[in-house]
Amino acid sequence: MSAPGSTRRRPRGRERNRALWFWTFVGPFVAGLALFTYVPLAWSVYLSLFDAHNTVSPTDFVGLDNYTAMLGDPAFRSSLVTFAVFTAFIVPATYALSLGLALAVNRLRFAQAFFRSVFFLPSACSYVVAAMVWKLSVFNGVRFGLANTVLGWFGAEPVAWLASTDPPWYWLVIVTVRLWLQAGFYMVLFLAGLQRVPVRLYEAAALDGARPGWQTFRHITFPALRATSVAVVLLLVVGAFQAFDEFYNLLSDSRGYPPYARPPLVYLYYTALGQGQDLGLGSAGAVILALIIAVVTVVQSRVSGLGRKEE
Amino acid sequence: MPAKTERTAPVRTADDALVRAGRALRLVLLIALAALFLIPFYLLVRNGLASEEEITSAGWTFFPSRPHWSNVRELFADPDVPMAHALLNSSLIAVATTAGTLLLASLAGYGLARIPYRHANAVFYAVLGTLMVPAAVTFVPSFVLVSSLGWVSTLRGLIVPTLFSAFACFVFRQYFLGFPRELEDAAQVDGLGYWRTYWRVVVPNSRPVFAAVGTIVFIGAWNSFLWPLVIGQGRSSWTAQVALSTFTTAQTINLHELFVAATASIIPLLLVFLLLQRYIVAGVERSGIDD
Repeated sequence: MSAPGSTRRRPRGRERNRALWFWTFVGPFVAGLALFTYVPLAWSVYLSLFDAHNTVSPTDFVGLDNYTAMLGDPAFRSSLVTFAVFTAFIVPATYALSLGLALAVNRLRFAQAFFRSVFFLPSACSYVVAAMVWKLSVFNGVRFGLANTVLGWFGAEPVAWLASTDPPWYWLVIVTVRLWLQAGFYMVLFLAGLQRVPVRLYEAAALDGARPGWQTFRHITFPALRATSVAVVLLLVVGAFQAFDEFYNLLSDSRGYPPYARPPLVYLYYTALGQGQDLGLGSAGAVILALIIAVVTVVQSRVSGLGRKEE
Repeated sequence: MPAKTERTAPVRTADDALVRAGRALRLVLLIALAALFLIPFYLLVRNGLASEEEITSAGWTFFPSRPHWSNVRELFADPDVPMAHALLNSSLIAVATTAGTLLLASLAGYGLARIPYRHANAVFYAVLGTLMVPAAVTFVPSFVLVSSLGWVSTLRGLIVPTLFSAFACFVFRQYFLGFPRELEDAAQVDGLGYWRTYWRVVVPNSRPVFAAVGTIVFIGAWNSFLWPLVIGQGRSSWTAQVALSTFTTAQTINLHELFVAATASIIPLLLVFLLLQRYIVAGVERSGIDD
């Protein structure tokens, strides 16, 4: 610290000086955050109470009508079902694959960096590019698509992957693209978790006669990864809720977006910025979604004890 | 340690065979998975270098008969596909967003971590609170704000609202809390104030965290799609992602040009990624779970 004499002589001046420096460092960031996060949020709540077609300064107050309209809309409810189905597939799939990759890569004696890089590399790819490869090359509905070519080697007929709802093969396309993009990211989180498991736990288990492999995993590794697992599942669920890019890019074409498989954000996008530009209804939807995500996050944190342990 | 080898000595042969078989199986599986993970990259390059007929031919070939480098020239000469301009926009946005975010978030993180101020905690919680609001859900209200500022279809509208990352600020604050205080104390004894201590002592000694946050922000900015789709409504403000998406859903598309465009759009990122991978890994580990 600086000279103690000055502290005693002018405590007031020092305090003011610190406040000044604090706001010099923090002020620009907080001002921007307030303008571009808090103001839009407040404005959104305000707009959601108005009939706001195509305008950001509406005059027609409608109370909670936008909310009742949104919650009563079967299309909005079906968007929530779409999200639930998507989550039910993508969360366990990513969890299992990323944990499996981490376990396999973690104990490699050689080429560890190579395998880690290969699995992590898709994290650098955008959803747009990945969706393009999936839609136009791998899961193209015609004979030249890679998946249909491979099926053809076994004598199977080409499958219209994205165009048919019965059977809903599009789920396979949507889930695999996200799985490819995000598994490596979560693998890195698990690798970090694995490195923190104390070696003496394994030594103690070996002394107690636990065989390496399943027993050790079941009784040592898996419990030790609990905090990581909780955080990964939380991130996966919130991430699934925000799914937009791959749905939009895989399913929409020159004729627009099909009526099926619209997760909440896609639905919201078309409500607020599509033909009607209904910003009041869109804002109500955004508020509802934010609340749902908040509730899911809080409930999940409570159930799994996230935060309590880490604080 | 020596005790361990003695313990396994009597049963070595049986166990060893099993362990070795397990290891071999795991390696085969990993190689197969690695090949699967690389297929999409291979397809990007294969289709980008093939002719239109070869892409849509029912008879699958692993490599085009000869590489059609002319696809690259065709793409950038095509007047219907403003890909060069879109790539330029993406570069400007990614660089500006990264620089701005690093500056604003690191200053704020340092102030929150190190300058004793009565309301510092309240400010910190106000910042933390915005982490709870998923960015994607705020695109409707943010669009409303940006359009009322008249910033739709401008680079300003694409960059400025994304500069205030609570996530980046949080990572910097946690990092600076663990920064060795002795270094700063020495600087302050030398008569440097907060400002000069920050620039001369703290920043030069914190390069890894800047690199980690910077690469994550850069990749996020380059790949972001929803916000540029919402704001970049005019062709002149398209980013690479928006341009690609628009061509994918267009009525008539030149597949070979499209795949060249997609490849061009991931090359800068793959370079950043491969060069700075260890910082990304460090950043992901630091930010994801630890705090």
